[in-house]
Amino acid sequence: MRSSVMPTSSQDGPPQPSAAVSALGLRKSYGDKTVLDGIDLHIPAGSVFALLGPNGAGKTTTVHILSTLIAADGGRAQVAGHDLAGAPEGIRAAIGVTGQFSAVDGLITGEENMLLMADLHHLPKAEGRRVTAELLERFDLVEAARKPAQSYSGGMRRRLDIAMTLVGKPRVIFLDEPTTGLDPRSRHNMWQIIRELVSDGVTVFLTTQYLEEADQLADRIAVLHGGRIAAQGTAEELKRLIPGGHVRLRFADPSAYRSAAGALREATRDDESLALRIPSDGSQRELRSVLDWLDSAGIEADELTVHTPDLDDVFFALTGTDRPHQPHPSHQSNTPDQPEEAVR
Amino acid sequence: MSSLALAVRDSSTMLRRNLLHARRYPSLTLNLLLTPVVLLLLFVYVFGDVMSAGIAGGGADRSVYLAYLVPGIVMMTIGGTVVGTAVSVSNDMTEGIMARFRTMAIHRGAVLVGHVIGSVVQSVMSVVLVGAVAVAIGFRSTDATALEWLAAFGLLALVALALTWIAVGMGMVSPNAEAASNNALPLIVLPLISSAFVPIDAMPGWFQPIARYQPFTPAIETLRGLLLGSEIGHNGWLAVAWCLALSVLGYLWSKAVFNRDPK
Repeated sequence: MRSSVMPTSSQDGPPQPSAAVSALGLRKSYGDKTVLDGIDLHIPAGSVFALLGPNGAGKTTTVHILSTLIAADGGRAQVAGHDLAGAPEGIRAAIGVTGQFSAVDGLITGEENMLLMADLHHLPKAEGRRVTAELLERFDLVEAARKPAQSYSGGMRRRLDIAMTLVGKPRVIFLDEPTTGLDPRSRHNMWQIIRELVSDGVTVFLTTQYLEEADQLADRIAVLHGGRIAAQGTAEELKRLIPGGHVRLRFADPSAYRSAAGALREATRDDESLALRIPSDGSQRELRSVLDWLDSAGIEADELTVHTPDLDDVFFALTGTDRPHQPHPSHQSNTPDQPEEAVR
Repeated sequence: MSSLALAVRDSSTMLRRNLLHARRYPSLTLNLLLTPVVLLLLFVYVFGDVMSAGIAGGGADRSVYLAYLVPGIVMMTIGGTVVGTAVSVSNDMTEGIMARFRTMAIHRGAVLVGHVIGSVVQSVMSVVLVGAVAVAIGFRSTDATALEWLAAFGLLALVALALTWIAVGMGMVSPNAEAASNNALPLIVLPLISSAFVPIDAMPGWFQPIARYQPFTPAIETLRGLLLGSEIGHNGWLAVAWCLALSVLGYLWSKAVFNRDPK
């Protein structure tokens, strides 16, 4: 059943205009395994959106649904102004998809792959050849153009994959884990490519399990966990969600650790590694007051590190709890995890 | 573009892709041709004396058995060629490129139609190659008119179409190339237990219905009739009916599997 909380009453109008992708309550399950349990998304045109989550969180399923590859069990979505259920052909004409497993034809050459795409996009012969030459050049594939794609390295295959996606000049591009399995150099290459895509004005929807990647590329990030969006916002907004900043004091001597822990009641104890965490935003002023305080209490730690919150903190805080819509997930929560989602 | 024009254009793009595959990697197709050619040579030159002794009331010449055998071998060639189709369809379905095709604004059936037409073209080419071997070792059509030749090629194309659709379905449901090649095995085995090698009357009584009521026998008998002037009887209609039924069945099956959400 469809929920009736649509912001607009119009059936065809987008729920929120100017969105390249919007979704309300997307659901999908395989048998009794719920993969997506009500996903809401709103991605403004011309931005980079990262769907972040561990393996099996439902990232690929989300991409498959939004790119018309599989049908959702419930909810509705619009991509590039077309309704997912009503006008999948319109969506297909507007999107480009680079899946997790390279979508190239390994038996034919890179150039033939490109020309195949040009034919399927119904480009005139001459234009198809021009676009092919241009993209092969742009993605540094000119030398390999006449070799079968199955002989390409992982990075080359990914580049060919994206080049093929661009033949149709898509307005929305889905990239499912575009850098998984790439070496560091290829990964940075790919990041550069994605940044250039956005400067061309297209909307990029990417999934990743790397926090750094989301932080580097995305305007907005959604953390997907257990089939639901655990949190959504800019990297900065997400980092603000959790009180991750702290000063960490580590002790070598258990008795020194115990006396310090007795003196610093505000600190969070980590008995196993003999460390204490004192909440702090990492600013110079706060750091000085912490140090003064330690001095006056006569505590001398063997190691002091300043920890500012990063996406890792957000990620682990959000995915370690089973309260997905909790805006301020707490560190201390140790409620048991949700039943394991489908491994896809 | 109208939807028919779109269908034709996308299907022909997919056909070009499949023919490119076949041209780049001819070994698969050529390997599949080996079986009928070897069987042809084996049965004519090694078993030929015994086989011809059992034909046409005994005492027949080896060339009589050659003439008897060739229509069956030709049909077997089609069965073998479409095994390759099942394998390449299965390969294709497991490739990432299929997900790309499905998310593009192209005619939905173009992928399958490309495979089917490509396979029929390959089957006809295979038949021509095997036929050339048969002619080289002495096979001659005795009294076929131009019309009968035309009908013979029409029949071969129809059989190729029918077996191809079945093979496409088999390829679609096979998780990998090995499974596809196993699943398509009946297409090679069925000609062996048809009237291809020996007349059905010469078989044990309990086996005759199996040989008689299967799709290859009427097709082979019809081809014999067209090329060699033997009695066709009701086999012509039977062959056409079998082909149409198998084509429709294979088409509906393949389409249903293709339209399922990919795993």
